[in-house]
Amino acid sequence: MSILIDERTRVVVLGITGSEGTFHAQRMLEYGTKVVAGMTPGKGGTKHLGVPVYNTVSDAVKAEGANAAAIFVPPFAAADAIMESADAGVTLVVCITEGIPTFDMIRAKTFLRDKPVALIGPNTPGIISPGKCKIGIMPGHIHKPGTIGIISRSGTLTYEAVQQVSKQGYGQSTAVGIGGDPIVGLKYIELLKLFKDDPGTEAVILIGEIGGTAEDEAAAYIRKEFPKSVVGFIAGQTAPPGRRMGHAGAIIAGGKGTAQEKMDALRAGGVHVAVSPADIGATLKAALR
Amino acid sequence: MKIHEFQAKSILTRYGVRIPRGDVATMPAEARAIAEKIGPRVVVKAQIHAGGRGKGGGVKLAATPAEAERLAKDMIGMTLITHQTGPEGKVVKRVLIEEALDIARELYIGIVIDRAREAAVVMASTEGGVEIEKVAAETPDLIFKEYIHPGAGFAGFQGRKLAFKLGLAGETFKQAVKFITALYKAFEGTDASMAEINPLLITKQGDVLALDAKMNFDDNALLRHPDILAMRDLDEESPLEVEAAKYNLNYIKLEGTVGCMVNGAGLAMATMDIVKYAGGMPANFLDVGGGVTEEAVTNAFKILVADKDVKAALINIFGGIVRCDMIAAGVVKAAKELGTKIPVVIRLEGTNVELGKKILAESGLAFQSADGMKDAAEKVVALVR
Repeated sequence: MSILIDERTRVVVLGITGSEGTFHAQRMLEYGTKVVAGMTPGKGGTKHLGVPVYNTVSDAVKAEGANAAAIFVPPFAAADAIMESADAGVTLVVCITEGIPTFDMIRAKTFLRDKPVALIGPNTPGIISPGKCKIGIMPGHIHKPGTIGIISRSGTLTYEAVQQVSKQGYGQSTAVGIGGDPIVGLKYIELLKLFKDDPGTEAVILIGEIGGTAEDEAAAYIRKEFPKSVVGFIAGQTAPPGRRMGHAGAIIAGGKGTAQEKMDALRAGGVHVAVSPADIGATLKAALR
Repeated sequence: MKIHEFQAKSILTRYGVRIPRGDVATMPAEARAIAEKIGPRVVVKAQIHAGGRGKGGGVKLAATPAEAERLAKDMIGMTLITHQTGPEGKVVKRVLIEEALDIARELYIGIVIDRAREAAVVMASTEGGVEIEKVAAETPDLIFKEYIHPGAGFAGFQGRKLAFKLGLAGETFKQAVKFITALYKAFEGTDASMAEINPLLITKQGDVLALDAKMNFDDNALLRHPDILAMRDLDEESPLEVEAAKYNLNYIKLEGTVGCMVNGAGLAMATMDIVKYAGGMPANFLDVGGGVTEEAVTNAFKILVADKDVKAALINIFGGIVRCDMIAAGVVKAAKELGTKIPVVIRLEGTNVELGKKILAESGLAFQSADGMKDAAEKVVALVR
């Protein structure tokens, strides 16, 4: 089993004719993802990578039955792309784009409020249910089907965790990058709820980092309502305060959002915390013993 | 991005936020001329990005234009040390000369983005002139908040609520509502990430002005605000960080001796953490980007070894679809070009791992390959011991 995506997911790629969009749409097709349409305004009616291109997301939904959108457009156009996708009626939007202004995201999320759509990202590697569907930029071959759910604010650190999980003999049900920006779509709690109801997920790995309070909120939820095992890691234990550590959202502001606070909160929530990033796989194995 | 007080005030006044009369001076004679125009009594304020300037001797009152000139002469060129500059301090290049006002009350107004509520929040407090974090910790009930609806924008009632809670009335109340409304317009209009007026001044005459002003901006939005981008002061930033930014690298200088080069921000932080866990201290944060190109690796290596504190380097690349032989070739090329003697431990994951290791082993350089993060961290820490 998996969450949010599976064999029935039909993807429209926004920005498919751009260099990033082309590169990753090709990789998604190779992985077996049903990329059924592309969208680039003004290029409707053409084909790219053998996929029909439409002028609007709405056209792609009507003609191809697309139910998920993958966004590879430049930062200043990305919030608009998120809103257009939601307006067209897809139920999942995955926004890979990094560098979207915060106010654009605040407005886009307000637009999404009353719509039946889930947003992943922005600034995310995407989401993958191994063997079924991949929407994003992660290397497909390091993943394998299994029973571990992964939720992470990072890209390459998630790959690291995936590899450690694989070395311990486990695979993933679904791995989701929630994105490194201050304002993102689905966060830990919404995803934990989905993993809770997914019989194919046995345990969850939660990878957080400094900045904000999303991990603390997740810890409180886990303590009260999440019955499965959770392994946690927080990046940025050595990060100085007041500096943005690469991700726009990774900043300790006003002394708040430190790794120590978050690790303490997770422990209080009953999460098995790996202090060293090299111990994520081993901590999972110990938790499931 | 951060800017100076005088720059923040120049932006705010365009949106109708009232500021004291004044101008910026880079020479003592200019300070005198400004004081003669707006004085005689003026305040001389050192312009550096760090806060805590008053306590460090960077804000002084001058009774006459001659005194303003003397104070400016002392301040320009001095190294100002505050709790935010670090022990090395910051050299003062300019001073802001402002009219001295009669202070009746010092209040606080600040705007930031609240991540959990996903909205801008305007905060007001009766406790001006002190750090808001301190007020938040000790007397949180003295901070009043209004969350701004992204669609509706800042509503009139929100400004009135805050002004009433600050205990204002009459003409002062009206001025304060106008002030807060204008401040919010400036915040949203410039894609700011923080705007802080501390203190917000109420004069004995009942006027409302920004005595100090601090603004930070969303780096992701700067390209649509070229006027603000032009205010960037590279003197306030670390030279290596400025150099790294030219190559689109995320680099932050730290205190340790283990140079780190990693692809991806999360993995870069985790690599710093594991270096500490192994008993060393990271010299920097350096993210070459999730995708990694040979060019980025080459440039990153140059930045890394330009830091004199670095005694050994750890390169941790989880390529995935990136070819390890390409990364290895880039690092070897950069090391040979620079003729560096710094020992390097490299951990590569991705396609062609073995070929990458072979390139490193045959390079004739002091490179060690590592298997996994733990092995890499232990090897590099052994080198700096």
